[in-house]
Amino acid sequence: MPSFATPLDANTIVDIALLAMLAVIVVAVARTRSLLTAIILTSVYSFISAVWLVVMDAADVSFTEAVVGAGVSTIIALGAILLTRSECSRIPWRETLLPLLLVTVTGGLLVYAALDLPSLGDPSAPANIYVGRLYLQHAEHDIGTPNIVTAVLSSYRGFDTLGETTVIFAAGLGVALLLGFGERALQDTPRPSMAKMAESGQHVVLRVSAKMLIPMISIYAFYVQFHGDLGPGGGFQAGVIMAVAIILHALVFGLQETMESIPPQLARGLSAFGVLLYAGVGVVNLTNGGNFLDYDHLFPRIFEEGLPDSHLVGGHHIWGQHFGILAIELGVFLTVASTMVTIFYAFAGRAPDLSPHGEG
Amino acid sequence: MNAFIDFYAAPPGLTAHAAPLLVIGPLIAACAAALSPSTRSAWMISVGGTIFAFWMALCLAGEVARNGVVNYYMGGFAPPLGIAFRIDALGVMFALLISGIGVMAALFSGHTLEAEIMKGKRRLYQSGFLLCVAGLLGLSATGDAFNAFVFLEVSSIGTYALIGVGVDRRALPAAFNYLVMGTIGATFFVIGVGFLYAATGTLNMADMSGRLATLGDSRVVEAGFAFIVIGLGLKAAMFPLHGWLPAAYAYAPSLMGVFLSATATKAALYLMARFLFTVFGPHLDFVGLFLTWVMAPVAGAAAIICSAQAIFQTDIRRILAFSSVAQVGYIMLGVSMASAEGVSAGLFHLFNQALIKSALFMALGGLAFNIKATKLSDFSGVGRTAPWTMTAFAIGTFSLAGVPLTAGFLSKWRLIEAAFAAHWLWAVGVIAVSSLLGLIYAGRMLETIFFRAPVSEERAGEARFGVLVPLWILAAASVWYGLDASLPVDLSTAAAQALGLAPAGAAP
Repeated sequence: MPSFATPLDANTIVDIALLAMLAVIVVAVARTRSLLTAIILTSVYSFISAVWLVVMDAADVSFTEAVVGAGVSTIIALGAILLTRSECSRIPWRETLLPLLLVTVTGGLLVYAALDLPSLGDPSAPANIYVGRLYLQHAEHDIGTPNIVTAVLSSYRGFDTLGETTVIFAAGLGVALLLGFGERALQDTPRPSMAKMAESGQHVVLRVSAKMLIPMISIYAFYVQFHGDLGPGGGFQAGVIMAVAIILHALVFGLQETMESIPPQLARGLSAFGVLLYAGVGVVNLTNGGNFLDYDHLFPRIFEEGLPDSHLVGGHHIWGQHFGILAIELGVFLTVASTMVTIFYAFAGRAPDLSPHGEG
Repeated sequence: MNAFIDFYAAPPGLTAHAAPLLVIGPLIAACAAALSPSTRSAWMISVGGTIFAFWMALCLAGEVARNGVVNYYMGGFAPPLGIAFRIDALGVMFALLISGIGVMAALFSGHTLEAEIMKGKRRLYQSGFLLCVAGLLGLSATGDAFNAFVFLEVSSIGTYALIGVGVDRRALPAAFNYLVMGTIGATFFVIGVGFLYAATGTLNMADMSGRLATLGDSRVVEAGFAFIVIGLGLKAAMFPLHGWLPAAYAYAPSLMGVFLSATATKAALYLMARFLFTVFGPHLDFVGLFLTWVMAPVAGAAAIICSAQAIFQTDIRRILAFSSVAQVGYIMLGVSMASAEGVSAGLFHLFNQALIKSALFMALGGLAFNIKATKLSDFSGVGRTAPWTMTAFAIGTFSLAGVPLTAGFLSKWRLIEAAFAAHWLWAVGVIAVSSLLGLIYAGRMLETIFFRAPVSEERAGEARFGVLVPLWILAAASVWYGLDASLPVDLSTAAAQALGLAPAGAAP
């Protein structure tokens, strides 16, 4: 906690400035009645928190916040308000009293506890001296990935990540059950195809820049995917970035064009397949004599005997860990990307028309 | 747990990995159901997946009976570095209950989904159901606080949609309400776990418990406790946080009514007991105060107020839903006594309630697609046209009201005994009054169903055979455990011991 007798360092000033911005945005979101404004503001909120997380040295979390919070959830929320009104109705002040009381009590409880929390970055805080330190000491030896966040998420606590991937799958399943799969868009009368748009010269700048952007976004997604164990990133972030590329295609060239190349059934199937792949890696570990998700036992014994000794580091199979993490990250990537696309299809398939040449 | 001591359900190689397979089996089945080519194959996958989970739960029961606790390290990393499954008698009891009810619900779903869910969505529906089963089983097996949150989410996220997707349009706002309340509950829970992590530096429950004991007074721990209890209270429909439940259960497709009424709130109750007794421990001041001065009165209020509310409902499923909240009150009353007798009586009651409620919802669901009825008056005289279905319903109702010779009677009796032992005379009074109210709504249902003339000429036929089989298994279980309650009593007593509560008379 900064004491005001000493001059504030630059980090603290940045912290205070960013947190003040977050506070202002939250009040603005609560006050505005335009849903569009609220969505844009929450997007800005996510973006500023991403910046703040960078200041806190939490690059992986910041990355996720940027792509999920500021990126794809904004697009989906925008898709949702196309289906409803764009203004929320006024709530009589009497009905706001009880929620206000509850929120105040909850906030009070949080502050009450926070005053007793160890200060940020305190090296003697329980979170830093116990498990956190153990991870820093053991990850290099046990797992062998330079990015310790990846080591924790995909190997030490890989079972949680399997659960989180399942949650994503379940969310896509839920949206598909409630809203359908966007099949209405396919049944509609065909809209002008890309070739026709090119002939008539509509939206040239948009189309040309999208054509340049989409491959680059996809390549970036793969970069994030495969460098997850070296730097910030991994299957979650890469999957969302890939989904953004596909959604951008749908926004510019029309939903039908995108659905022709990536049919809704395929997206839905891949979403289940990703979880299956992840759990399958665990089952392979079981059959090879290890515990569930113990990547040391990724390869069968016979195959391992043919490997050079260098893959064994202190009794741990670095190759097994490496390829195990690659495989489960691929599962995460498939599930996240295809679920985001499924959700987008479900909303966009119901919207009047999302593409720029439409009437709605 | 003596019943399982010589019980070897699977070869040792499989039994060694029964803990993760308990969860992974239904999880893989869920993916397979989503990818399966037809509704029929999805249904078979669903039945197979739940039977596999039940099998694994039986394997675990044998292991726990022999060794006391089953520990399993995910990824081969021992805690606190990795995630551990830790299954004791309490966990086994819930795993058996959830997977057993899961099998019955899966059998039941074959016929009802065709009537209630749009073609093309049934495979996904089965998939969502299996995800819910996997999530709840994971909850009963995990020994890691954050992993528990993950499974809470796995079991909930799909459920919100599964409730809303049926033919009844009133289910949509109910599902939305449940989504909002459930998400607040889950968020509170994870905030609480975050506080505990900040205070102890670990996420493993056993480790956390050991470190909390040495910590002394900490505001962070107190706030963490408050957030966890309120969050789980929302999920468990603890009075007065139960507002989401009646509509969600009443208007959901019947498969969800059958499965959720028996398992979802119960699993949240399990997690709450886990935190109250294993992680925090009743010796901590604020836990003791909470049990005696918050949980017990609130539980008593639920048992009386919600039983009274159930009397005035016109929709038959809402009667059952309000009765569910009242029964949560009974269970919590037992738990709040913090004695071996009280907790085991509460758990015994929970076991019976799960059997009863799923049987009752199953009987209604089996008929509902014949007669398209929701109101109690629509069921007038159905007892004459569908005697087999409604006899099972009547058995369930008797057990719900606590008529002697049923399991429901025994568990109420044991609750009263425990209340006497704890010198909680007011609790005895609460149970007596609430039971009287229970007799009124049970009598009202039976009177309408059996003794009124049918409203229309359109005769409500018997439920299909595929519905009658699981229905009668559940109804028969209620009678069987009313005559010979050794299995559930054995399970619940061992479960209370696993929570560190020694029975009176035993050496401390």
